[in-house]
Amino acid sequence: MPSNKKIYDKGKVIFGLIIFGVLITFPFWYNLGKAAPAPELVLTEKATAAKECVRSTDYMRAEHMQLLDVWRDTVVRDAKRVYINPQGKSFNMSLSNTCLDCHSNKAEFCDRCHNYASVSPYCWDCHIDNPKETK
Amino acid sequence: MERSRRGFLKLAGLGAVGLSAKPVFSAVGLGGSPSPKILKSDKALTANHWAMVIDTRRFKSEEDFEPITAVCHKIHNVPKLQNKRHELKWIWTVPYENAFPGKENRYLNERIAELPFLVLCNHCENPPCVRACPTKATFRRASDGIVLMDFHRCIGCRFCMAACPFGARSFNFRDPRPFLTETNPAFPTRTKGVVEKCNFCAERLAEGKIPACVEVSDGAIAFGDLEDPDSEVRVLLNEHYTIRRKQSLGTEPSVYYIV
Repeated sequence: MPSNKKIYDKGKVIFGLIIFGVLITFPFWYNLGKAAPAPELVLTEKATAAKECVRSTDYMRAEHMQLLDVWRDTVVRDAKRVYINPQGKSFNMSLSNTCLDCHSNKAEFCDRCHNYASVSPYCWDCHIDNPKETK
Repeated sequence: MERSRRGFLKLAGLGAVGLSAKPVFSAVGLGGSPSPKILKSDKALTANHWAMVIDTRRFKSEEDFEPITAVCHKIHNVPKLQNKRHELKWIWTVPYENAFPGKENRYLNERIAELPFLVLCNHCENPPCVRACPTKATFRRASDGIVLMDFHRCIGCRFCMAACPFGARSFNFRDPRPFLTETNPAFPTRTKGVVEKCNFCAERLAEGKIPACVEVSDGAIAFGDLEDPDSEVRVLLNEHYTIRRKQSLGTEPSVYYIV
């Protein structure tokens, strides 16, 4: 059957595809060069001194929410509270006592990125930010 | 060059597969570094079934209970609300007839009739609150029998409060934070719309400390493993006659009272 060996109305089809491609990528090229600059994060002295977080900076930047999710479930449900990272260093799995102890500058650290990414996690509704020494 | 429709679709399909392959490859290819491990702390206190024995003979009046309830509410960020209907409590006192309904005789021993009784979550072996919870936010921890709350998951339906025969659960009708005079940053607060109750100081047990109420009770409250015949609670249960709250309901409370 030679009839189905070719694309009917080839010109119109290709033209339509081009229009479709242009329209669907419109937000990308329309906003090209107009992106808001990525926020600059301020590390506390304690966080700077520690050099590396629980995991590598890249990992934390991309995956901290998944890590915290795992921490939350294992601490609350399985009562396992010690996290040993691939380097063999151990940490108390606690947002209040470990994470927020180093990152005690919520406004300059957590909020800047969360605002930039337009996410509003409700961690601090319960976990008290900027913990101070209790003793 | 004349391209067939079939050939065009084949190429388009291959292209789509190619685009989706990268994340798969990068996920599979990440076997290099060792994976992190999650363990229990060596310092943690463990038991098969935590239980409490309260020696009511050691208490004389309301003042004796004050430090016990105060320390619990302080470390767990439980605020004091003036409105009785909004009250939050993890550990508190009630008269004998409210603690042990059905056991009140007309002519009751004078000491018992006057004495306030310390009450808290009973950490039942057969907890009705756990069965009532539609989200599994409250659960009985299989490893040590503590009935716990996952505040993250509580939707505030209050079925557990209706199910609990001991009134051990409180609901946050208001945001508790403004009512806290001082906060303990090591322990989270709650938000409006979640239920809360005593957690047998699970966060302290994990660090190798006994519950705060036991610590300040000066020996009037004992805490230990109910399944260990040599534990402090089993020794006390062996030596004294004890009662539990509303035993006929079959929830099997883990809090015992020496009267």
